[in-house]
Amino acid sequence: MSIKKLVVEPIISNNPIALQILGICSALAVTVQLKNVFVMCAAVTMVIAFANLGVSLIRNHVPSSIRIIVQMTIIASLVIIAEQFLKAYVYDQWKTMAVYVGLIITNCIVMGRTEAFGMKNGPVESFFDGIGNGLGYSFILIVVGFFRELFGSGKLLGFTIFDLTKDGGWYQANGLMLLPPSAFFIIGLIIWAIRTKDPSQIEE
Amino acid sequence: MFEHYLSLIVKAIFIENLALAFFLGMCTFLAVSKKVSTALGLGVAVIVVQTITIPANNLLYTYFLKAGALSWAGYPDVDLSFLGLISYIGVIAAMVQILEMTLDKFFPALYNSLGIFLPLITVNCAILGGSLFMVERDYNFGESVAYGFGSSVGWALAIAILAGITEKMDYSDPPKGLRGLGMTFMTCGLLAIVFMAFAGISL
Amino acid sequence: MSKQNQTVKTLVVAGLLCFVCSVLVSVVVVTLRPQQAENAELDMKKNILMSAGLIEKGDDINQAFKSIETVVVDMQTGKRVENADVEDFNQVEASKNPKKSVKIPASKDVAGLSRRSKLAKVYLKRDETGKINTLILNQWGKGLWSTMYGFIALGPDMNTVKGFGYYSQGETPGLGGEVDNPKWKNLWVGKKIYNEEGEVALEVVKGQGQGQYEIDGLSGATITANGVSDSIEYWFGEHGYAQLLETVKAGEL
Repeated sequence: MSIKKLVVEPIISNNPIALQILGICSALAVTVQLKNVFVMCAAVTMVIAFANLGVSLIRNHVPSSIRIIVQMTIIASLVIIAEQFLKAYVYDQWKTMAVYVGLIITNCIVMGRTEAFGMKNGPVESFFDGIGNGLGYSFILIVVGFFRELFGSGKLLGFTIFDLTKDGGWYQANGLMLLPPSAFFIIGLIIWAIRTKDPSQIEE
Repeated sequence: MFEHYLSLIVKAIFIENLALAFFLGMCTFLAVSKKVSTALGLGVAVIVVQTITIPANNLLYTYFLKAGALSWAGYPDVDLSFLGLISYIGVIAAMVQILEMTLDKFFPALYNSLGIFLPLITVNCAILGGSLFMVERDYNFGESVAYGFGSSVGWALAIAILAGITEKMDYSDPPKGLRGLGMTFMTCGLLAIVFMAFAGISL
Repeated sequence: MSKQNQTVKTLVVAGLLCFVCSVLVSVVVVTLRPQQAENAELDMKKNILMSAGLIEKGDDINQAFKSIETVVVDMQTGKRVENADVEDFNQVEASKNPKKSVKIPASKDVAGLSRRSKLAKVYLKRDETGKINTLILNQWGKGLWSTMYGFIALGPDMNTVKGFGYYSQGETPGLGGEVDNPKWKNLWVGKKIYNEEGEVALEVVKGQGQGQYEIDGLSGATITANGVSDSIEYWFGEHGYAQLLETVKAGEL
């Protein structure tokens, strides 16, 4: 498989969130602001890529009896490292999503990829497979974050796009978008859109 | 005192529901089943594991990891809180394993009905999330027991309701692209709005 | 491979893995720790200065904080505590520690805080004559979902509000979360806490606030607004900072 295919495929046609329902837990609570989304995506992508790489490097030496715990240890160490970096360089964002960074450990995408891909393929392929899946995850999160921030607070990345009525503008902010349930609706709609475009995904 | 714990439990079940207010543990549920009976089995398994692991992690945090927690061993300046994540997941994995073996040995009937869900629980974000919230909110041991129980009951309740609705959904006729997964997400959203109505109940 | 060998290999792999991971994690933690501590400190300073309206966005925080004096005081007597560990004392943490706090009598616990620390950490700024012209106090209370932590800054008469703000809250975004709205926070500036009889009169009302003791309500967030009012009532009541303010007015801090 070519590297390009490895990276591009999981973004739309084989997206881990939309098709395999993986890793949505930690995904949604951080999507109120697009800025947090980017930080979260970067952290997740890095963790998947390096976890996949690490697992792939030692795949021939790991006895299958301790396979799961070995993967878990690698992932947990990487998440701690990622968390420490966030705390040191993007403190404000880290503060608002502290618990969710820790939850990357139990993000099913990471464990799913190391088990399904990293254990069976070489280090280079595994690394790029990790990047691809991280980007696929990022894609959905960014779409959700885009709509929630734009319609919820009239801003994108903190810059005002719509002037809110409470600040004397014309746009009445949609409060629902700021609340947790809106993330579910947006993901539902994304899945609908993807399946309309690609009917083979439809469940009967 | 009793009232305090009771209010903590009720709050954890309805107001700060792990599944609906914090979206935790959805993947495990969505991936496993759309049947009420399976959801209940998974729910019970989560209640058991959560009620044990949150207090266990609380002890670990208070006596080993917190800044200054090692003063009983003569190291008052050590702050190991960065090891939190890896220790909690370790405790969870170990607890699940022990529980699995105990059930297998002494309660085979229970093991047969719960057994298949137990391995799944290790990677359930609701369990790890519960422990992280416990640390963030600085609960003491008693409160952590109450929180562990309450939050897991809340989670079980949410997925049981969701499974019930999804089962009934078979009789409806949504647009083709929405069938299955899309519809489940929408239902989750509506359910989350329903649970928001509990907010502000003062106890 | 024999069974014996298999076991040895498992142990070796597990041991090596743990070693590599622990070295990696420790190196990262140790190298990044100073930076993190600096971030946390800067963040706290920023919150203090922002709530008192002493800085604008983009100002140098450390520079601005130099003019601020940090003092630990005894809540009971309102007097400065000499030889207190000013750097490390944390009022919020102390309030949870049974050894460092007292139980609030139920009749006075309007904000539902249950415990209050014996000591308090306050920040003050003096004018050229050495008179305190800004006093910044910790204050917190329960909202709808969360405990809201913040600061309130008072002017030289120890009655007029100079600034108000929360640095940590988890209220409903768009409704109760509007306590973070700069416009709303600006409404506090110039309001008075005590009325002429010396009672705590400042509160968040429903709808438009009239006069100097009322702040506009937050639409759709009655419980959050009540929480804010209750915490003001508690913190400026006799079990809160009342004694301290007397000391300051007498010029003894």
